[in-house]
Amino acid sequence: MAEKLLEVKNLKQYFNAGKPSEVKAIDNISFTINRGETFGLVGESGCGKSTTGRTIIRLYDATDGEVLYDGVSVHGNKSKADVKSLNQKMQMIFQDPYASLNPRMKVLDIIAEGLDIHGLVKNAKDRKQKVVELLETVGLNKEHADRYPHEFSGGQRQRIGIARALAVNPEFIIADEPISALDVSIQAQVVNLLKDLQKEKGLTYLFIAHDLSMVKYISDRIGVMYFGKLVEMAPAEDLYKNPMHPYTKSLLSAIPLPDPIYERTRVRKPYNPNDHKYGTDEKVEFREISPEHFVLCSDKEFEAMKKELK
Amino acid sequence: MEKILQVKDLELSFHTFAGEVKAIRGVSFDLNKGETLAIVGESGSGKSVTTKSIMRLLPESSSEFKNGEILFNNHDLTKLTDKEMQKIRGKDISMIFQDPMTSLNPTMTIGKQIMEPILKHQKVSKAKAKEVAVELLKLVGLPNPEMRIKMYPHQFSGGQRQRIVIAIALACNPKILIADEPTTALDVTIQAQILELMKDIQKKVDTSIIFITHDLGVVANVADRVAVMYGGRIVEVGTVDEIFYNPQHPYTWGLLSSMPSMDLEEERLYAIPGTPPDLLNPPVGDAFALRSEYALQIDLEQAPPMFQVSKTHFAATWLLHPNAPEVEPPANIIERMKTFRGSRYYEETTGGEA
Repeated sequence: MAEKLLEVKNLKQYFNAGKPSEVKAIDNISFTINRGETFGLVGESGCGKSTTGRTIIRLYDATDGEVLYDGVSVHGNKSKADVKSLNQKMQMIFQDPYASLNPRMKVLDIIAEGLDIHGLVKNAKDRKQKVVELLETVGLNKEHADRYPHEFSGGQRQRIGIARALAVNPEFIIADEPISALDVSIQAQVVNLLKDLQKEKGLTYLFIAHDLSMVKYISDRIGVMYFGKLVEMAPAEDLYKNPMHPYTKSLLSAIPLPDPIYERTRVRKPYNPNDHKYGTDEKVEFREISPEHFVLCSDKEFEAMKKELK
Repeated sequence: MEKILQVKDLELSFHTFAGEVKAIRGVSFDLNKGETLAIVGESGSGKSVTTKSIMRLLPESSSEFKNGEILFNNHDLTKLTDKEMQKIRGKDISMIFQDPMTSLNPTMTIGKQIMEPILKHQKVSKAKAKEVAVELLKLVGLPNPEMRIKMYPHQFSGGQRQRIVIAIALACNPKILIADEPTTALDVTIQAQILELMKDIQKKVDTSIIFITHDLGVVANVADRVAVMYGGRIVEVGTVDEIFYNPQHPYTWGLLSSMPSMDLEEERLYAIPGTPPDLLNPPVGDAFALRSEYALQIDLEQAPPMFQVSKTHFAATWLLHPNAPEVEPPANIIERMKTFRGSRYYEETTGGEA
């Protein structure tokens, strides 16, 4: 039986709460991530997917709701030691490999920073050796340790970012668009690396992206976000074969595939949130339409979707 | 078909502290009237440098044309003076850049920015230019253009900004539009809208487009012809169907294989091993040979010429030489070839054996 590693319950993240400029970046979302799986989170820019990742790792304080990691709440008052132990278990890989590495630090020190903070190495020799091991894990070599970030290509920098995240032996990694800034052929290398590492170390991933084809490839389950809400969540295969929510359908229909014949006939389905025409008394909820497949919909829509599925 | 632009044997180098970087090493292609030519390849393959050299946007101090010519309207663009080039740039040939956030001037209203090329290149009054600007914004699908022209770039979203950049590029009805990764910074849904817009506009104003991208899905969507670049050279060129369904160069195979497909269940993505060549000391022979499992001995010694596959399809690989051993492309490429009439794996009916 799958063991829950991360549980997000009715999470809300409002910026400028109470002011006229209030932004509901995350509006009541709930999902769980099981140990050892990859959960993909997709949606367009501004839908709150990165905010979700950042709130989970405590870069933001949640407005409401909770995030339970291994049964323990991530937010709220915590002692320094508790925060530190959480930080060791949860690590993040950032989108921009150019901006997320300190240009004035050597790769050795960038990767070892986490080791130092958590006291995982005894002496300089040990430290260097651990870093070299990490570099080799991500497909770089020991000569790279004494260089600076600007001496590397985008794909190599992303590998350094991955090595840094791995340094403290985390269980859970939040990858926020780790491949969006990379070339297609390099994307494949990084995705393969992430998959291999997962197998080797039993890692759990939250994979945030807007490129659905890669997300489908790497994820076990996928959540689709739209304007701060989770509109659909399903196993990866199921989501692609039977997308239920009109927004998911629209998103899927927008992906260009490397197949000219298909491209000539592809019809993009536009999505207009006003098409739902929810009545004021209608309850719009997250409902399970088939095992493990959830859709945000009203009662009426739910019935219609059920018919469609048959 | 009318050739609107001809690039012949173009060679270009950058002078750096480390030495001479041979960024383009003999590139030749034609652009026909009204077509979309996509140039694909990874970063550093020379695709952006090629188009920037057409626009003469490379720094004069560090870059140097070594050889070749770029023919446009019977002029060799590599030999024009700056003054002469200014008359072409933005008028006959214009460009859309990758990042709509940085290619607009944040301190000018968008109306002023659209009017700028019109006032520069055409003898019209300000009032007339303003009218044209409003028309252009309508053309690129921005609602309420009369009001919008008084707004500043930061008041628009990424997709809207890219529409504005397109409007500026179209302001003087260019004969050639160069789009350098115009949708890479955008979301899929916005990307789809921008691509539809560009195709629409192309039909209306009949311009030729050079489209640079590394996303093969986008290529399949927009391109009439495709040129694949690697290590400063074009390694394969053909119609979009020929490149996607009958690719010949191992690099093209690698590129096509590294895209995840939507319906196939693959355990691992194919990743091209190794890294792109160092153009400070470009390799002898086929630049891709060191990363290719299909490399022959001759690939390491002598650069392959362009072999003709069909009237429109050329590929620079020794595998096409009559004396070369016959090799089996990767399985997923054979799958693609099965649907292409004229390829050696073509199957008449589905399900039959080749």
